[in-house]
Amino acid sequence: MAMAMAIEVSIWRGRANGRYQTFTVPLDQSQTVLDVVTWVQRKLDPTLAYRFACRVGMCGSCAMTVNGRPRWTCRTHISKVVEAGRVEIGPLANMPIIKDLVCDMAEFFAKWQRAKGAFAPGKSRHDPIERISPAAAERVAADAAIECINCAVCYAACDTVRWNENYLGPAALNRAWTLVNDVRDAGQRERLAALAADGGCHACHSHHSCQEHCPKALSPVRSIAGLKRRSLEAYVRGEL
Amino acid sequence: MNVRLYLLQRATAAIMVPLVLGHLAVIYYATRGGLTAADILARTRGSIGWGAFYGLFVLAAAIHGAIGVRTIASEWAGLRGGKLDLLMWSFGLTLAALGLRAMAAVLLP
Repeated sequence: MAMAMAIEVSIWRGRANGRYQTFTVPLDQSQTVLDVVTWVQRKLDPTLAYRFACRVGMCGSCAMTVNGRPRWTCRTHISKVVEAGRVEIGPLANMPIIKDLVCDMAEFFAKWQRAKGAFAPGKSRHDPIERISPAAAERVAADAAIECINCAVCYAACDTVRWNENYLGPAALNRAWTLVNDVRDAGQRERLAALAADGGCHACHSHHSCQEHCPKALSPVRSIAGLKRRSLEAYVRGEL
Repeated sequence: MNVRLYLLQRATAAIMVPLVLGHLAVIYYATRGGLTAADILARTRGSIGWGAFYGLFVLAAAIHGAIGVRTIASEWAGLRGGKLDLLMWSFGLTLAALGLRAMAAVLLP
């Protein structure tokens, strides 16, 4: 049943020196914030730039700032965020704005590389396949952090990222924690050295914004605490 | 902040927990117990125990504070590189000098 109501939607236009532009959008049942942005782009202004892909909370493309809070827009019902008939939608913070709701995520992903967020193989196809018990402590720790969809909501919510451009950020560190717990990985020393350097896991102030905002209910701050512990142990043992 | 600074700051914090409590207890005892300046100096001058207690305290506070100021200056004032390290060392050495000077005043005969 369609509702006859409409809301005022303020959407960021332009680059860093842009401004909010207000549109009137009719409300619909089960309408998401992404639906609202899509409606504006298709019905009112085809020049509006924004990103999305899967629309079901898997791809991590559609995160935006909704009423000042970073959110995944495809899984956020507009009815939950409308305040007094209005909603404000902007690009994610802590990244340069390319246009409208699209921000430049190059640095965000470059930091995944700097955090050694890629699996480092140590065996060939001739070696037997490693058996990992689902109940192993390392596997359980990795499981708790593995469902990240790279949406950058935590990165946009993080105070330390805002204050320190060298900080790798919660997403990259959370990813690194899953690999630190991968017993098959052959690049642990280099990874821990990268994570223990300036701008690495020890820059985290444990503000918990990443955990508070993560749409997948992950706890990057717990992963980072694990990295702090693991790299500290390695440093004390003289391995770093 | 890297792992070395992190370890130094956490370790000095751990060292200072009992020292701060001891320091507060000393303040309370010295002021509430009715000790005169002469009484206090009689106990502290030449004392290896008080020298070790406050020597450790001063050095731990200087290291801990300097690393904290480094982080604040980096994150809130945008200081980077050599200037940041210069600030950390200057602040730490100043704190240590002030603390050791205060110690000398009550410890040296």
